[in-house]
Amino acid sequence: MSLKREIGFLLNGVETRATVPVDMSALAMLRDVLGLTGTKYACGEGECGACTVLVDGVSVCSCLQFAVDCEGRTVSTIEGVSREPLGAKLEQAFVDCGAVQCGFCTPGMVMQAKHFLEAHPHPTRDEIKRGIEGNLCRCTGYVKIVDAIEAASRGDR
Amino acid sequence: MTVEHYWAPTTLPDALDHLRGGDVTILAGGTDLMPQSHAGRVTLKRGLLNVRRVPELHRVERAEGAVRIGALCTITELMRDPLVREHFGLLADACDHFASDQLRNAATIGGNVCNASPAGDTLVPLLALDAEVELASKPDGRVETRRVPLADFFTGPGRTARAPDELLCAIRLPLPPPGFVGRFFKFGTRPALDISAISIAIGGVRSGRALTHVRVAYGAVAPVPLRARRTEAALEGAPLDAAAIDRVAATARDEVRPIDDVRASAWYRKELVFNMTRRILGDVAQA
Ligand SMILES: Cc1cc2nc3c(=O)[nH]c(=O)nc-3n(C[C@H](O)[C@H](O)[C@H](O)COP(=O)(O)OP(=O)(O)OC[C@H]3O[C@@H](n4cnc5c(N)ncnc54)[C@H](O)[C@@H]3O)c2cc1C
Ligand code: FES
Ligand code: FES
Repeated sequence: MSLKREIGFLLNGVETRATVPVDMSALAMLRDVLGLTGTKYACGEGECGACTVLVDGVSVCSCLQFAVDCEGRTVSTIEGVSREPLGAKLEQAFVDCGAVQCGFCTPGMVMQAKHFLEAHPHPTRDEIKRGIEGNLCRCTGYVKIVDAIEAASRGDR
Repeated sequence: MTVEHYWAPTTLPDALDHLRGGDVTILAGGTDLMPQSHAGRVTLKRGLLNVRRVPELHRVERAEGAVRIGALCTITELMRDPLVREHFGLLADACDHFASDQLRNAATIGGNVCNASPAGDTLVPLLALDAEVELASKPDGRVETRRVPLADFFTGPGRTARAPDELLCAIRLPLPPPGFVGRFFKFGTRPALDISAISIAIGGVRSGRALTHVRVAYGAVAPVPLRARRTEAALEGAPLDAAAIDRVAATARDEVRPIDDVRASAWYRKELVFNMTRRILGDVAQA
């Protein structure tokens, strides 16, 4: 049995407490301890971006982050994304552009796109591609995903 | 062995106190530690020490003739840092080639150095830039630091000269000579999220048709990242004509000691070293 720790952090704007083994990933905490299954587990090794969340506003792979390191920080996941204007715009753009097929990569794509657009409000398509280079999609071929992110950035003006 | 203690101190002396017993795993960004521990390649020690909350480990600052980069700076922070961009273009370039945005946002330079992979992307430019590491410990109640040239820090794949009670606090980079320019080159099979099959850093000061103050380093071609002293000697001051470039590239091919692995064979790596060294020097000669 691993040592456990109780931690507190702001999850999608809500003060949250969780008791986690110190070697648990933030992804396992979100899904298995807190029951938020929007954040996906795919490779579990940082290669695919399906587990992307924002910690203190910065995108990271939650499968690589130690859950205990969330202590005192701000964590945003797909479940809270539509509460912010840019998140809502991205969600709608993904629907409008047909950027979702099986949808497994979508939560990670949307979170990474949100972080990317916050830093680059008016990107070129090449910049968008670079921005989501850490996110794999096995279905869409990426064109519609890039379309959606571009549309969301235009809607932002 | 299961983890029995977890600490997340907010000052350096406190962090060093916890390290004193030595049976402690240091946690920075976790991007190596999490997959390695989950796959069973690394066993977490009795204590887990999260050093991310020590503010002084996150700074980049000038220090007599050098720049001191805090061990906890992330790859993203380095890529954007004005001092790094102004003086150490080679390092900023390597950061730009690193993994993906999500990884760059979490991975620290100290973690990259202490993980000591022969393919670590910042290690090659850091070697070429004459980096020194700053190690701190608190053996008898007082903080002590020592500096070790990076070239002596790596002792094998995944192994370093760090003692178990030492924390890597910072990496010191002397300011390069005026006019110093460098190129970083990473060869993998796809642009993002790839571990280097080989990487190269070449720098120097242009003087007529030649380069002086030459620095050359290679990644993923030996058990440790390699500062290529023989290649440097062949390149130093030589007029960059086709014959000289071929000679330097051949010296590099002889000097590296790659292995066969899943990413490339030793033969292929040697050919890459030859061809890419030749190409980079060809570009420099044209510029
Ligand atoms: C999908 C993926 C892609 C990757 N791509 C690349 C790539 O392109 N290029 C590349 O170079 N690397 C890559 N890596 C490897 C990894 O991201 C880097 O080595 C990273 O810099 C490690 O930093 P960290 O802060 O996450 O280290 P951690 O995982 O926290 O620590 C790594 C090791 O260093 C020790 N350590 C950390 N900080 C200190 C300190 N201050 N003092 C003493 N010991 C310390 C830890 O105990 C541990 O043994 C990749 C990893 C993954 C999972
Ligand atoms: S599940 Fe985290 S990157 Fe694939
Ligand atoms: S929509 Fe299926 S993986 Fe992207």
